[in-house]
Amino acid sequence: MFAILSREEIAPRFHRFVVRAPEIARKHRPGQFVIVMPDEHGERIPLTIAHADAAAGTITLVVQEVGKTTMAMGRMNGGDGFVSVVGPLGTPTHIERLGTVICVGGGAGIAPMLPIAAGMKAVGNRILTILGGRTHELVILRDEMAAVSDEVFLTTDDGSLGRKGLVTHALADLVAERGKPDLVVAIGPAVMMKAVAELTRPMGIKTWASLNSIMVDGTGMCGACRVAVGGQTKFVCVDGPEFDAHEVDFDLLVKRLRMYLPEEQAARERYLEQCRCHGEGGHHG
Amino acid sequence: MAEPINGVPELPKPERMKIPRHPMPAQDPHARNRNFDEVATGYAPETALAEAQRCLQCANPPCVKGCPVGIDIPAFIDLLRQGDVAGALVKLKETNTLPAICGRVCPQEEQCEVVCVVAKRGEPVAIGRLERFVADWEREHSQVSVPELASPTGMKVAVVGSGPAGLACAAELARAGHAVTIFEALHKPGGVLVYGIPQFRLPKEIVTYEIDALHAMGVEIRGDFVIGKTATVHELFWEFGYDAVFLGTGAGLPYFLGIPGENYIGVLSANEFLTRVNLMKAYDFPRHDTPVRPGRRVAVVGSGNVAMDCLRTAKRLGAEEVICVYRRTRNESPARKEELEHAEEEGIDFRWLSAPLAIRGNAEGFVTAMQIQRMELGEPDASGRRRPVPVPGSEYDIAVDTVVVAIGQGPNPLATRSTPGLALNRHGNIVADPETLQTSIPGVFAGGDIVTGAATVILAMGAGKQAARGINTWLEKLKAGEVEKPRLE
Ligand SMILES: Cc1cc2nc3c(=O)[nH]c(=O)nc-3n(C[C@H](O)[C@H](O)[C@H](O)COP(=O)(O)OP(=O)(O)OC[C@H]3O[C@@H](n4cnc5c(N)ncnc54)[C@H](O)[C@@H]3O)c2cc1C
Ligand SMILES: Cc1cc2nc3c(=O)[nH]c(=O)nc-3n(C[C@H](O)[C@H](O)[C@H](O)COP(=O)(O)OP(=O)(O)OC[C@H]3O[C@@H](n4cnc5c(N)ncnc54)[C@H](O)[C@@H]3O)c2cc1C
Ligand code: SF4
Ligand code: SF4
Ligand code: FES
Repeated sequence: MFAILSREEIAPRFHRFVVRAPEIARKHRPGQFVIVMPDEHGERIPLTIAHADAAAGTITLVVQEVGKTTMAMGRMNGGDGFVSVVGPLGTPTHIERLGTVICVGGGAGIAPMLPIAAGMKAVGNRILTILGGRTHELVILRDEMAAVSDEVFLTTDDGSLGRKGLVTHALADLVAERGKPDLVVAIGPAVMMKAVAELTRPMGIKTWASLNSIMVDGTGMCGACRVAVGGQTKFVCVDGPEFDAHEVDFDLLVKRLRMYLPEEQAARERYLEQCRCHGEGGHHG
Repeated sequence: MAEPINGVPELPKPERMKIPRHPMPAQDPHARNRNFDEVATGYAPETALAEAQRCLQCANPPCVKGCPVGIDIPAFIDLLRQGDVAGALVKLKETNTLPAICGRVCPQEEQCEVVCVVAKRGEPVAIGRLERFVADWEREHSQVSVPELASPTGMKVAVVGSGPAGLACAAELARAGHAVTIFEALHKPGGVLVYGIPQFRLPKEIVTYEIDALHAMGVEIRGDFVIGKTATVHELFWEFGYDAVFLGTGAGLPYFLGIPGENYIGVLSANEFLTRVNLMKAYDFPRHDTPVRPGRRVAVVGSGNVAMDCLRTAKRLGAEEVICVYRRTRNESPARKEELEHAEEEGIDFRWLSAPLAIRGNAEGFVTAMQIQRMELGEPDASGRRRPVPVPGSEYDIAVDTVVVAIGQGPNPLATRSTPGLALNRHGNIVADPETLQTSIPGVFAGGDIVTGAATVILAMGAGKQAARGINTWLEKLKAGEVEKPRLE
C-alpha cells in the first residue's frame, strides 16, 4: 500500500496528491511517470511525477478528473492509500543547456511540464512559459510554474485570465516578438500538441511533445501505448513519453485514445449513479 | 489431514496392459465456451488409481528422460497406486516445485508421455494428469506444509521476476537458508502464470497457493518494483545489500506483424488482450475497472499456445465468430494438441494456409477487415517444416472488428539494457553458463525465457532450480572471500 499523505483540490477537479514512495522519489528524473492502481478492482493509469522529494520519500501527482478512476481518486484522502504505484517509468527528458526554451502547457499537461521546466531552468536555460486553459480556474500551478520560469504568459479560451485565445496564438506572437527559441516543449491535450507542432514545423523550431496514450503495464509488455513516430511504431511507455513533435502522427494518437470511449462512458455513468445513491452526487454534477 | 485413499494391489502385467487410458473429464464444449471455469475438471480418485495401474514400472524408464527435470515418474505413480498421495507429492517435489501447474500446462505429448513404453502399443500413461491429481489432492485435503529450511546463512539474494523461473529459484534458495526477495514489475506475482495463461486452463488459486507457500518459507515478494527503473542490478548489490542476483525476467516483449494498418483501433498484442482479461479481470468489467473490447468478429494471428488462449478467451467474452489465421497447416501448428482440440471443439474457425497481408480500418480508425493471402506448402525450410509460399492472386478480405497478434514475444529489455557488461545474444537474450547459469557478470545469474527465448513452464522452473545451485556455490565462495560482488557502474 502506498500511503497518501495529503490530497488538495488545487482547482475544480484538479487534485494534488502527496504519496509516500521513497524508492520512486529517489530515482525520479524529469519527464518520468508512474502507473497507479488505486484499489484492488482498479485500473492501472499513468500519471506524471509532478515533483519528487527524495529526502522526504514522497512524490507529488496532479490528477485531473476525467473518468471513473480519476473521479474516484478525487475522493481519496490523506490516510488512504493506493494499492499499487510503480515507477519511475519512461525515458527521462534530455536536460541540457540550449538557450531559450518555450514551455507550452495546457490543462493537465501543466503538471508534467513543471519538473521539465525546473530541470531546464536549473542548467541555465531561459524559460518562457505559456499556460492555457478553457477558463481561469483551469490554468493550474501558475505560481509553481512562475517560480521556475523567466516569464509567464497566460491564455484562456473565455478571456477570464490573461489573453483570450489559444496557446498557439500566444506562441506565434512570442516567436514573432522575440525570435526563434532553441526548443519548444508542448504538453497538453493531443489536439493542442498537434497545433503547436503545425505552427513550429514551418518555422523550423525543434519541438517536443509528451504523449498521453492509453497504457496498461507501462513497461513495454503490452503495446497498448503504441504510436507512430516518423512512420515507425514506438511504445510511449519505454521509448517516450517525449518525442519529436514534428514526427508524431497525432491523428492516430487522437483516434487510439478513443478506443474505449463507450466502456469509459458506461463506467463513469455507473460510478456517478452509485455516488448519487450514496447521496453525494452534487459535486460531480 | 489428507483423507486416506485406499491403494490398490498391483495387477499382473498383462492385465495392466489391457486397461485403456482414462480420458480427462471436461466441461461440455458448448457450456465452457461461455465461462471462465477450468475446462478439464480432473480425475476422480478411482480413475487416478486405475490410471496409475497402467504404468509398467519400467526398470529403465524412458519417460524420466523425456521430462526436462527428470521427475522419478514410476516412483511417484507407484506411491499413488499404493494410496500414499502425500508420499507421491514429496517424490514429485524432489524435482518439480510446481506439479499442480506443470501437470496442467506441460506439453506432455512431446515430453514425458511421447516416450512412454505403453505408447508403443497404445496410448501412453497419463503422466501429467496423475501429476495434477496428486498435487490437487494434497492442496485440497491437507495444510500447506513448509519444507524444512536450512539454518539462516546470513546471505541475501534478489530474484528478479516472479514467473516460474523466479518462483522455483526463490524456493530453492530459501530452503538453503538464504534471505530471498523477489522483485516483480507487475502488482501481482506469477509472471505468465497470472497475466498470460487464462483461468480456464490454470485457475489462479493454484498460483496463489504456490505463492503463499513461498511466503510461508519466509520469501519476501515486492511487487511494483521494476529492475532497471526503480533500482538497477548494481544498486541491488551495493545499496540494497544483496549478495547475488537472479534474472528471470521472461520473454514479454510483443512482436507485431509489420503489415499496413497495424495500429488501427482493435489491433492488440496477445499480451495486451490476455493481460486485460487475466491480470486485470476485464471479463468482469465493470466490477473491475479495466475494459476489454470483446469484439463480434475476432481474428487471431498465429497458432501456438498463446494464440489458442486468445482464441478461446475471445469466444468466452462473447465474440460471435473467432477465426484463427495461420500461414502453415494444422500439422505445423506449434500449439499443444490438447489445446488445439479444445479450441476446435469450442467452435473456433481455423483458416490454415492463410497469411495476413494488411489490416483495413474506417475513417475513425477502427478495424473493419483483414486482407488474407492463401498459401501452399513448398520446400522444407531451416526448421525442417515445409515453407508456406503465397498462391498468386488468392487474396481475399474477411470482415473483422478485432485482431489479436500472437506471433511470439522477445526478451523484455528493461533489466538487460540497464545492466552494463551483461552479455546478450543477437536476439537480446541473456547468455548464461549452461552449468551454473551465471551470466557474464559474476554473481548475476539468469534463467527461463530471458535466456532460452519463449519456451515452457517446466523448462523455466528447471532453470530456476539449476541457477539456485549455481548461486549456492557462488555464495559459499563469497563467504570464503574467494570472489567479490561485481561493480557495474
Ligand atoms: C505518460 C502519461 C502521463 C500522464 N500524466 C497525467 C497527469 O500527470 N495528470 C493527469 O491528470 N493525467 C495524466 N495522464 C492521463 C491519465 O492517465 C488519464 O487521464 C487517466 O488514465 C484517465 O482515467 P479515467 O478512468 O479517470 O478516465 P477514462 O474514463 O478511462 O478516460 C478518460 C480519457 O482519458 C484517456 N485515458 C483512458 N485510459 C487511459 C490510460 N490508461 N492512459 C492514458 N489515458 C487514458 C482516454 O482517452 C479518455 O478519453 C497521463 C497519461 C500518460 C500516458
Ligand atoms: C499465453 C501463454 C500461454 C502459455 N502456455 C504455456 C503452456 O501451456 N505450457 C507451457 O509449458 N508454457 C506455456 N507458455 C510459456 C510459459 O508460460 C513461459 O515459458 C514461462 O512462463 C517462462 O517463465 P519465466 O519465469 O522465464 O518468465 P515469465 O513467466 O515471463 O515471468 C517473468 C516475470 O518477470 C517480470 N519482469 C520482467 N522484467 C522485469 C524487471 N525489469 N523488473 C522486475 N520484474 C520484471 C515480468 O513482469 C514477469 O512477471 C505460455 C506463455 C504464454 C504467454
Ligand atoms: S513435469 Fe511435465 S514433462 Fe515432467 S513429468 Fe510432469 S508433465 Fe511430464
Ligand atoms: S515409460 Fe511409461 S510405463 Fe514406463 S515407467 Fe514411464 S510411465 Fe511407466
Ligand atoms: S503500456 Fe504496455 S507497452 Fe506501453
